[in-house]
This record gives sequence, C-alpha cells and structure tokens, in this order.
Amino acid sequence: MSSSILEMRSITKTFPGVMALEQVSLTVERGEIHAICGENGAGKSTLMKVLSGVYGFGTYEGDIVFEDKIKKFANIRDSEAEGIVIIHQELALSPHLSIAENIFLGNEVKSFGLINWNKTNKEAASLMARVGLSENPDTAIKDIGVGKQQLVEIAKALSKRVKLLILDEPTAALNDEDSSHLLDLLRHLKSQGITSIIISHKLNEIENIADTTTIIRDGKMIESLKMRQDSVSQERIIRGMVGRDMENRYPSRTPEIGEEILRVENWTAHHPIDSSRVVVDNISMNVKRGEIVGLAGIMGAGRTEFARSLFGKSYGTNISGRVFKDGKEIKIRSIADAIDKGLAYATEDRKRYGLNLIEDVKRNISLASLKSFVSFGLVNGNEEYRRASEYRESMNIKAPSVLSVVGQLSGGNQQKVVLSKWINVDPDVLILDEPTRGIDVGAKYEIYLIIQRLAAEGKGIIVISSELPELIGICDRIYAIAEGRITGEVDRKDARPELLMKYMTSEKGKK
Amino acid sequence: MASIIASGRDALSGIRGRFAGVNLRQNGIFLALIGLVIFFAITTPNAVSLAPGNFSNLVVQNGYILVLAIGMVMVIIAGHIDLSVGSIAAFIGGVAGILVVRPLEQDGWEWLPALPWWAGIIGAILVGCLVGVWQGFWIAYVGIPAFIVTLAGMLLFRGMALLTLQNTNVGPFPDEFRAIGNGFLDKEQSLNALVGMSPTYNLTALVVTGGALLAMWFVSLRQRSGKIKYGQAVEPRGWFYMKNIILSLMLAYVGFQLSQANGIPITLILLVVLVIGYTILMTRTPFGRYIYAIGGNLNAAVLSGINVRKVNFLIFVNMGALAALSGVLIAARMNSAVPKAGEGFELDAISSVFIGGAAVSGGVGTVTGSMLGGMIQGVLANGMNLNSVGIDIQMTIKGLVLLLAVAFDVWSKRRK
Repeated sequence: MSSSILEMRSITKTFPGVMALEQVSLTVERGEIHAICGENGAGKSTLMKVLSGVYGFGTYEGDIVFEDKIKKFANIRDSEAEGIVIIHQELALSPHLSIAENIFLGNEVKSFGLINWNKTNKEAASLMARVGLSENPDTAIKDIGVGKQQLVEIAKALSKRVKLLILDEPTAALNDEDSSHLLDLLRHLKSQGITSIIISHKLNEIENIADTTTIIRDGKMIESLKMRQDSVSQERIIRGMVGRDMENRYPSRTPEIGEEILRVENWTAHHPIDSSRVVVDNISMNVKRGEIVGLAGIMGAGRTEFARSLFGKSYGTNISGRVFKDGKEIKIRSIADAIDKGLAYATEDRKRYGLNLIEDVKRNISLASLKSFVSFGLVNGNEEYRRASEYRESMNIKAPSVLSVVGQLSGGNQQKVVLSKWINVDPDVLILDEPTRGIDVGAKYEIYLIIQRLAAEGKGIIVISSELPELIGICDRIYAIAEGRITGEVDRKDARPELLMKYMTSEKGKK
Repeated sequence: MASIIASGRDALSGIRGRFAGVNLRQNGIFLALIGLVIFFAITTPNAVSLAPGNFSNLVVQNGYILVLAIGMVMVIIAGHIDLSVGSIAAFIGGVAGILVVRPLEQDGWEWLPALPWWAGIIGAILVGCLVGVWQGFWIAYVGIPAFIVTLAGMLLFRGMALLTLQNTNVGPFPDEFRAIGNGFLDKEQSLNALVGMSPTYNLTALVVTGGALLAMWFVSLRQRSGKIKYGQAVEPRGWFYMKNIILSLMLAYVGFQLSQANGIPITLILLVVLVIGYTILMTRTPFGRYIYAIGGNLNAAVLSGINVRKVNFLIFVNMGALAALSGVLIAARMNSAVPKAGEGFELDAISSVFIGGAAVSGGVGTVTGSMLGGMIQGVLANGMNLNSVGIDIQMTIKGLVLLLAVAFDVWSKRRK
C-alpha cells in the first residue's frame, strides 16, 4: 500500500470551446488535510466533480487512482461506495426533515424493509457526538444554524464510511466561531485517519490547517506546497494563485473628503416578524463626499439590517429615525424612492437578492435604472447594449458579450455586474454589503479599485464587511456595530484589528 | 477515441459560434409547425389542409385561445398561473349577451337599454377588467397564490356565467358583433369592383398582404442595421436573408390563399394587432421588462425598486381584459352566449404557452412563442379532424405533444 490515498493523473476535461482542466495531476497523502487553492474559474470545482463522478468516466482524459486502483466512477454513487464524499458549498439537506432523517437520507437504517427509527436515532446520536453536534436528532434542519447544518453534512459523510472527505468552501457562510469549530473537527477526523480535501478562499485558514496546498490556475496544476516543511505564507500562496506578487492586497489612495453627504440620526428598526425585537438600535452615523466608511460587525450584529432598513425600508418594521442628505432632512418611503433620492444598496447575497441569474448581463445592469433608457415609453435596447458594453470594458467583466447569461459567470464577474447595476443608477451614496464575498484575490483587488474610483468621483461609500483586514485596508473611517448598536468609531490611522474586534464584541451595558 | 470526440465537439461548437445570433429554441418551434403543416398537406385527402378556406378556419377556430395565450404568457413569465380564464370568457360572453341582445326582460334586466354592438363590447371588456381587479387584488395585495385565487375564480365565474345567463343561451347577436368572430375584411370585394378586377382573388387581401410584407422587411432590416450600428452580434447575412425570404414566401402564400376564399378574417387582423402590441409591451417597455425581472428573481426585482405588487396587479387586470375579449370572440363566433362556453380553454392557453417555450419557474417566455405553441395545437387538431381521427386519439396526441415539447426544452437546456 502506497502512502498516497489518491492520485489523479493528467486529468484533462474539455467543455465545448473551453479547456477546463489541462493535464492536472494531484496526489493526496493518506491521512492529510489537502487544500486546493485557485482563483474563481481556475478549475477547482471541475476537478472535484471529475473525482466524485459528477463528470463520469469517459467524459475526461487521464486516470483516477484511489487506494492503488484505477477507478472508473460513472456517477456519485460509485464514488461514495468507495468512500469518497463531497460536501458542496450549497448544502444538500432537506429543511423540513430532522437531523437524523437527513443523516440517513438515501441510506436508511432498515429492518425487514421498513425504517427502524430507534436504531436510526441511536446511530444518528453517536455520529452527532463524533462531530460535536449537541442537538436532539429529531430537530428539523431548518431550525438549526448554517454552522450546525455543515456538521450534519459531515455526520452524513461519516455514516457512509468516508475515507476521503471533500469540502467545497465549507466556511464561506460560517462565522468565526463556527469556522474554528469546523476546522478543529477536521483535525480530529484526521487523527482518526480520515483524509480531507478542502477548497477555500480563506488563506489564513489554509495556512492554519492544511498539510499540503495544491494551487490551480487557468485549468493547470501550478504547484503543490508542503505547508509544514516549507513554512508557506499566505503571500506565497497568493503569488501562486495569481501568478504574480501581490505585495499590496489593497490599492493605495489619497482620499479627498468633502462635505457631509448623508447623516442618519437615531435610526431604530424592529424585526419584521417579531416586532418587539429591536434589531437596529438607535444608530447615528454619517458619510462625507469622497469618503469610504466601513461598518464592522460579526454576523447578525445588524449591519445588513441597518443598511436595508435605510434603503427604502426593505427590511424591518416600526422603523424610526431621521435621514439628512446634503444637510436637508429627507423621507424615504420605498425602494424606488430611495433610488430616486440617490441611494443604492448592493446586496451581500448576489444570487438571491442581486441578480436575475437566467437573464443576460445587459438586462441585469439596466434593471434598477431602466427609466433612464426610455424614450417615448419604449426602452432603447441598442443604447442599453452600448451602456452595458461600456461597463463590461471599464469593470473588466469577463463575459463573451453583454448578452451572456449572468448565471454562467464566475462569482467575481457576477459581483461586477451587481456593482455596474448600481453605479448606473448614479447614486450619491452607495452601500456595498460584503462586496468581495466568495470572490478570488485578483477580482477583489479590481473591486477595491472600483470602490476607490467611485469615492474619487465624490460619492459617499459605505462598505459592510466581515473581513477586518479588508475594512482597514480600504476605509477612511470604520464604525463597529454590535447587537444593533454602534459601539465604536475608529479613524483610518487608529484602525487595528484588535481594537475593532473589541468594539465588535462589546456587550450591552459596558462599553 | 476521446480526442476524436473532443475534436468533433470543437467543430460543433465552431458551428454554434458562427450562428451565435440565431435563436435556436424559437426557430425549433417554428420548424415543428412547418413540419406539421407539410405532414398534413401530404396526409389529408387532396391536400385539403392547404385549401384556401382552411386557413381562415384555422384562425377563427383558434383565435380565442391565442388571445388567452397572450395574457397567459405574461402571467406565467411572472411566475403565476391562471386557471379561471375559461370561466371568465363564459361570464363575459354572458355579459355581452345581456348588454347587446338583452332577451331576458322577464328576469329583471328590464331597466337596462340594449346597447349598440360596439358599446356592448367595450362594456364587456370593462367588466373583464373588473374581474381582473378582483383577482389581482387577492393575488398582489393580499398575497394569496394565483393558483388558489384563480382556482376559486374558475368556479366563481362559471357560477356568475350561469347566473347572468339564467342557465340559458342568449342570441342571436347583431351582424357587426358577429363579424369579430366570423367576418372578413371586405368580403364583398368592393375594392375589386372599384378597379374592375375579376372576383377570383380578393384584392383587399392581396393589398394587405403586400403591406404586411413591406412592413416585415422594413422592421427586420431596421432592427438589423440598428444592431450593427451599435456593434452587436447579428445573425449571419445569408441566414438573415434566407430566413426572411422563406418567411415572406410563406406569408405571401397564406395571403394568396386567403384572397381566394373570403378574404382576411377580422379575427386575424385583431390577433396581429394584439401580437405586435404585446410583443412591444413585453420587450420594449419597462413594464414588460419588470415582468421578466419578477419571474426571474423576485427578491432582486424588489431590491431594484420595482413596485412588484402593482406589476402583478396589472398583469391580472390585463388577463381579465384579454379573457373578456376572448369571451366576446367566442360569443360572436357561436352567435350565442352560452354558460358552458370556454370550458377547458384555460388549459389550452397554458399548453400553448409552455409549448411555446415558457418556463414553469417563470422568467422565460415570449408572446410569439406562445402564438406558435397555440398554432401547433391548432394545426394538429385541424389536421386530425380533416383526417377523421377520433377525439380519443386526438386527446392522447395533444397530451403527448405538450409533454414532449417541454421535455425537449428541458433536454436541450441540460445539454448546455
């Protein structure tokens, strides 16, 4: 038995007109945690789909050698039977079924052809203990958080006698606490001899947990780094991913800050269903022309809720407070009204709230500003095409044309479409909620440049982000939010992660 | 082996690339329709399916379904469904009967004077709008799923139809009213008489066909040059001319055949006006674009500042108006308002829309596609009737056609 559990030899996978993977080789040692890094669209997911049989044998060239034998997986069932389990970024759980039912879905514990519920729950409980999930196995999936749902997926994998666990962006939707718990669990599974492959954009996690990191760029395998022997740094990984040194992850700029453009006073909003719950608690803040203001806070602190309640009351009930634009008080009645008054909000969740994925780039960009394309009651489609093409150029949206369907673009390019859409509204104040979530390093840098360009045009920019280095890297001023309240305001020159973290975690009553 | 497959794929994708501007899906339905017409031209005795009179039959027999399908495609693109349109059509037929014919003096309508035919039609369509306001209110502002509201409406308006007509048939209608469903443009050939042409061909029909041809070329050339001016991808030149010449020949043929019968049916003119109007509405106005946006991603539409409730409301008001127009067409064609009119028409309209390429999940569909879908069903029924195929087989085949059309759609999407 060789030391490697998996060897993918010279895998080449083509789609009509595109070579997604070209001669990619990957060796995974038995019992290691193996990270795969690469920009969006580099071919990471395609490689994992080849491995797990989503793209079955015959649709690719090259060999998959698992436990010293060449395997020809026709579908996922085949690969799972060998102990290869993939957990996708979008979890595949049934929300109304219980934890136990989900763990054994498709793999039910039966006696005489009928489901044995006692045994199901007992085995589920022992699997849940292994992943450190303390819930009743009868609890419905929809009633537990994303972090715990992730653990259910892993328990499900364990129930299939997993030997090689593949996780695609497992911590993308998790907060820091859930993330670190998940990473601990992976270490624990490693000690039990389970090999993991983890795809992640979070380089600090990779630095922490991975034994080996394989970097893929443009469908080619670039290098495999032994993290422990070579003490590989994040910068080293970035260099491999983008093919160049990125000594500065944040573009430098000299801010030109002008008059105050937006001021919010005593803004309070309640939960839309439970109207007794205060979600946004007496927030006062302001933005000036040419200024980039950050809103820092842990997930659930009320950042998005504040932004959306401000943006035409698109969230919450019993909203109170005053808004001043250029010194004059304004009332915002609806989202259309907010847009008319110069506000724009680019969502944190582009797939659910930002884009019409089945529509083309052009129509997504024009949607919020369609009226500006109308003459004599009709939309000028040619003008729309021209304007969208300009954005494709200036924002560097990588799509064959503006008639390409948005759902087929990579995350970073989708984000640029969202930004184009809101820039075309020509707002005075632009609220960007997690503008770089789930996109790769190179695209992030481009987004930062766009944000800076907008600020230089004299707009007020509010950036909401969970990544503190990002806020510190691009903002002139940062507000910290905790439990719906502003708990601190920090200037660029004083901004340090430790200080912000202190504000972000400060509890009610003490400050 | 694999590399042979790969190079074959490359060649294929090269061909696809060259035809990037060609809308395969829409052309696919169109080719299917042509195929059906040719099939029945061969199989029916003496090619009777291509006889001059059969073209006008096709139009007037399917006109009311096509009118319903125009409203239905908007409903379906927005992600809803409407099961009530057949009942609304019957109810409004009854309303038109009361307004225009007014035979029920003994039943409490004595106070109402009989209206001229045109006022009756306007009144009927206004009542249709009110029906739409009713359903739109529940769907858009109360938030009850359209399936439920219109399922209730299906019963409710069938009941209203029975109530209005006191469970009897009302007719006959005045000639002008009947003309909408049965009449022809210049059937008397006054234009022939004016220029002293023999009555073999209806000159008005030929002139209108010629005008339509000119308009078609003008619009498609203008669109093409506009796109080229703005540097957009267009269909290859040869393909463009070939397609338009074939279309012109077909249009000319249909016009020529109609001119040998009674001329151009009024229903056809009404339909063409509606199709052009609603195509512009759906593709060129913000309202139409909002419908696609709502069906494509409701949340994103809301956050883009679209007044979703208002758009949904108007979609159902419009559906009510078109269902009313359909009811008028049915009554005019049958020369009688019948309480059981339009039963099952909602399902024919829905099938037309889905055969025409709309997606069940919303966000996708076109008015012209739905018209092609409706015509496929119509030609199929017409051809099978001419071949004396029994109703049992007809229903079986209609069901299979709907299923296979959507299956083809799903399959071709998956291939991408």
